[in-house]
Amino acid sequence: MSYKVTEEGNIATVHLDGEIDMDVTEKAKEVIFPHIDAGKEVHLNLSNVQYMDSSGISVLIESHQKALEKNTKVIIKDVSKSVLKVIMMAKLEQILNLE
Amino acid sequence: MSETAHLDHSEKKAFLVNSSSLKEVRNFCREVFEKLQIQQELKDELVLAIAEAAQNIVKHAFKNSADVNELMVVEISCENNKLQIAFYDRGTPVDPKKVKHREIDNVKPGGLGTFFIQEIMDAVEFKDGNKPWINHLVLTKQL
Repeated sequence: MSYKVTEEGNIATVHLDGEIDMDVTEKAKEVIFPHIDAGKEVHLNLSNVQYMDSSGISVLIESHQKALEKNTKVIIKDVSKSVLKVIMMAKLEQILNLE
Repeated sequence: MSETAHLDHSEKKAFLVNSSSLKEVRNFCREVFEKLQIQQELKDELVLAIAEAAQNIVKHAFKNSADVNELMVVEISCENNKLQIAFYDRGTPVDPKKVKHREIDNVKPGGLGTFFIQEIMDAVEFKDGNKPWINHLVLTKQL
């Protein structure tokens, strides 16, 4: 997994690239969580993520819940068809902020 | 159920039991499913189910083990359009009664892997692991 972060005002946009599984979840959290902790709105761009398993879904849930605690939000953007299918299988499409 | 007749075929491969093997497990599955001419959408689902089962071995069956050389074997077989995926490992014996996913409406991190496996596959069965194996998990799906 590789990533790129851009910041503009109070919005941090995190682009993840590759496959998100148990092996990279800690790295994904290290990239995403500091922005949430800083109270930023995080836009998580998943257009280049073609595979995500339950570990990756857990990162999305944890990020979403952490953002709620910090009175901000995580918006998941440009999710690929294959990842959207996993999100829907977990019945999270109404819980997570998808755009 | 698919209307396509899939080839009868069987392949197995051993992997080190650690999280960095999960990508290799997925790639092995993708290669085999390519040979079986399984359509992309179903292939993605099956790869997810298999990767989740392999992840459970890494996370649970070997959570107290310091041995980094332990192996797990994944065997994919297709016969008469019935797909069978077998997993063999020598980790802590699994009590099938304790294998369950979280309530799907209780949204929290974790507990989804087993749910995905059950959603995707027709049957999930723990069989007696013949020596040298301890755990023998079998997932099946009619193609």
